[in-house]
Amino acid sequence: MTNGWNDIANSDCILVIGANCAENHPAAFGHIMTAKARGAKLISVDPRFTRTSAKADIYAPLRSGTDIAFINGMIKYVIDDIERNPSNYIMTYILEYTNAPFLINPDFKGPAELDGIFSGLNADARSYNTATWQYQLDENGVPKRDKTLKDPNCVFQLMKKHLSRYDVDKVSKITGTPKDVYLEICKTFAATGKTGKAGNILYAMGTTQHTHGTQNIRAYAILSLLLANIGVSGGGIYAMRGEHNVQGSTDMALLAHILPGYLGIVINKDVTLQDYLKRLTPTTKDPLSANWWGNYPKYVVSLLKAWYGNGATKDNDFGFGYLPKVSGNATALHSWIPLFEAMNKGTIKGLFCFGQNPAVGGPNSNLERGAMDKLEWLVVADLWETETAAFWKRPGTNPVNIKTEVFVLPAACHYEKEGTVSNSSRWVQWRYKAANPPGEAMADLEIIDELGRKIKEVYKSGGKYTDPILKMTWDNGHPASSDKVLREINGHDLTTGKLVTNFVSLKDDGTTSCGEWVYCGCYNEEGNFTKRRDLNDTPYKIGLYSKWTWCWPLNRRVVYNRASVDLNGEPWDKEHPVIWWKDGKWTGDVPDGGFPPMSVDPKATRLPFIMRNEGVARLFGMGLADGPFPEHYEPWESPVKNPMSGTQINPTCIIGASAPGQRGTSDKYPYVATTYRLVEHWQTGPMSRNLSWLCELQPDMFVEISEELAKEKGVANGGKVIVESARGQFEAIALVTKRLKPMNVDGKVIHEIGMPWHWGYSGLVTGPSANVLTPHVGDANTAIPEYKAFLCNLKKA
Amino acid sequence: MELSRREFLKLSGAAAVMGLSTPKTGLAAEPPKSIPLHKKIGETTTICPFCGVGCGFVVASSNGSAVNVEGDPEHPINQGGACAKGGAQFQLSAHNRLRLKKVLYRAPVSTKWEEKSWGWAMTEIAKRIKNTRDNNWIEKDKDDFTVNRTEAIACTGGASLDNEECYLLSKLMRSLGVVFLEHQARI
Repeated sequence: MTNGWNDIANSDCILVIGANCAENHPAAFGHIMTAKARGAKLISVDPRFTRTSAKADIYAPLRSGTDIAFINGMIKYVIDDIERNPSNYIMTYILEYTNAPFLINPDFKGPAELDGIFSGLNADARSYNTATWQYQLDENGVPKRDKTLKDPNCVFQLMKKHLSRYDVDKVSKITGTPKDVYLEICKTFAATGKTGKAGNILYAMGTTQHTHGTQNIRAYAILSLLLANIGVSGGGIYAMRGEHNVQGSTDMALLAHILPGYLGIVINKDVTLQDYLKRLTPTTKDPLSANWWGNYPKYVVSLLKAWYGNGATKDNDFGFGYLPKVSGNATALHSWIPLFEAMNKGTIKGLFCFGQNPAVGGPNSNLERGAMDKLEWLVVADLWETETAAFWKRPGTNPVNIKTEVFVLPAACHYEKEGTVSNSSRWVQWRYKAANPPGEAMADLEIIDELGRKIKEVYKSGGKYTDPILKMTWDNGHPASSDKVLREINGHDLTTGKLVTNFVSLKDDGTTSCGEWVYCGCYNEEGNFTKRRDLNDTPYKIGLYSKWTWCWPLNRRVVYNRASVDLNGEPWDKEHPVIWWKDGKWTGDVPDGGFPPMSVDPKATRLPFIMRNEGVARLFGMGLADGPFPEHYEPWESPVKNPMSGTQINPTCIIGASAPGQRGTSDKYPYVATTYRLVEHWQTGPMSRNLSWLCELQPDMFVEISEELAKEKGVANGGKVIVESARGQFEAIALVTKRLKPMNVDGKVIHEIGMPWHWGYSGLVTGPSANVLTPHVGDANTAIPEYKAFLCNLKKA
Repeated sequence: MELSRREFLKLSGAAAVMGLSTPKTGLAAEPPKSIPLHKKIGETTTICPFCGVGCGFVVASSNGSAVNVEGDPEHPINQGGACAKGGAQFQLSAHNRLRLKKVLYRAPVSTKWEEKSWGWAMTEIAKRIKNTRDNNWIEKDKDDFTVNRTEAIACTGGASLDNEECYLLSKLMRSLGVVFLEHQARI
């Protein structure tokens, strides 16, 4: 998330799409209401009229899976308006802080020319060769720019050509959104392009859980950049995360494709550390680019020093060879969907589940539960006997046929231990121990620590490739201490033994250690900053609360904040300044690199987007797997032929091995289905379906349908229905509401149904799991499953 | 003078009745300030374990046992507020009879759980890991690159753990050569 929760209150227009924060992020909604009281407009875009919609100034329905068409049309509206009324937009921002003027290889071709695909597609490999998606370079190797934005190969013109196809009629045809309300939204949000105005976009899993989820967010980013909304107070993009430490667990890289601090996973061709660094460390010949990722070697070597201590020396490449290597694209090979496909094939013999419940949360639950039957052993650490722990006695199975050994380890809850968690806005907050866990339950820290000790012990007598295990540093204290581990994460100067102040001090020669470079600075010689509780909001009082806990990176509360000022360092919005160049220095938030403003010192300055090697934000994103611009594709299962092109689905999305044989078509499964969450429950349910207060509030699984569909099917509110997809079926209570309405999509009436996904067969209250219906396909870039748009049938039970 | 809460309520009720007939005493409007309404108990701050907003809460506890959990009025994000789930955090405590208290083990083809000790479980799990890892070790891939990994062990979860726990788990699994390492962020 670019900005903090409190900063929502400074917005002039809040666009909530793919999210329902009134229900799922209620504390965020309070700040929306503060903004509204100041006169801000709230826009809610959702297939269902949600609790957020109920408070919105403008509500628009859209068919699940059509966000790209919706937002691309808004971008087209803005581009057309920029050409008509440039004074309504901050042209300096667009010209100087984005790649709008950059020239692209003239051989690049887009969906307008290639019927829905970009140049370079290898259809069989489901991947692109991105050779034509690159900048044109001048004789010094610096990207060429045309600041008049007239060159037909400049990003602005290419984008204009790409988006010319997304006119209001076409958008409405795809999304089912009525044209008048759509235009009102375009006009209202485009008004935040004015100097001094700011709009933000709030999204959650409704955006990400699609075969084109990453491109949904890319579309939000492009729109936000053209409106100069990134880096400013009241602006930004809010990835409203659904778990209290999903930010931190991502930062710590419990994912197949990254190492802590967003460092790349090691692949087979990285024979030496140098090969790895050469592949991943970006370079630039532009003297104005800070190219922060040029520091890659410092972060990797410091990580290896933290993990392997004295076992990491210059002579052994700092233990680089201790890291496992993958043979290709880790996301495509080892992420969630391929993981469960591999388990189903019998490749995976042992599984750990630390506070996660795949039996309810994974897509295509019948497949994933069945895959667990093939495990030799399963270890579950949890507060409860979850559906995953109890998979061997689930309804419809006979335990005597399941050979899996299951170990269930009782864990402590959050206030029965101490440590930090990171919220969506990157605040790393300390939690104290208040009470003892029940019985013999232990903190996961102690469980993992003890497991590490035992593993080291069994490998002392030999085994396969023992070096990484025996050399791994594992000195976590007795009992294991979060304080000690947090110091290791922060890092040390190995020469002095002191905690490093921040990541600027890290070195690539083995004299510093750091377990996660973006956390470097959270705990230094002045103390543990994650415990801070100082509400002093200085100097500009925009709600940064810079002395309340600590925020990564470097306690910067609004990232990309150097785009919030003009070339002289003066804020675009002087009422809500994030940073301000005064008396030869920056004031306010921690700036993105301390470089002076561009006009003040044209030599020492650096472009504001320091994490990109070209120094500016990318409207044209060559790093994506599925194209430099977002293009509308239909979901894996859709009731219509793609009205935009002859390319039906994202040609590079991840398709599970089992998926093609279980693909539903609209003749058998005519309704679009989507899943959602409720304020009374949480995720797969163990943390709420075991609490009597919450069970009483929301005891039963239900399926929400429109009055029109209910009438057609002869179903009464509260009656029973059977829903069925190509992967599974269940019976549940029908909730007949006005919140869902049939949509007109390309001349066809489309019914959409919705359902929460919190239920399973364990806990105080039980019910069918929505994920028995969802498909084993995922996004082209992240492989997140397409939970939010699939086909099903529905009948009266 | 120490009064129980019940006695206090009785007294103030009586005072209220008296107050009707003798308003000048002022008893109804001002309950005696010297009577403690609750015992002094430990209060520590925490962060809600549900969504990603990161609201602050205050846990009141006595003798290692949670007594109450409510919104932290000083926390800038929620300013004391709580949603349905945040407000139900007390029920996550050791008072909840559904919380797991012992290590449980289910043997192959068995129909029931057995209670086990930590020492036994950790030793047995470490043995399973070694056996599975060493029997399924991939030193070189099909293109003859040295890869040193195992595809036979997978690890999921982390979004409900603390950062320090995630960090140790990430380090441990990578050092074991695990490449099927995933969690809630992916799904």
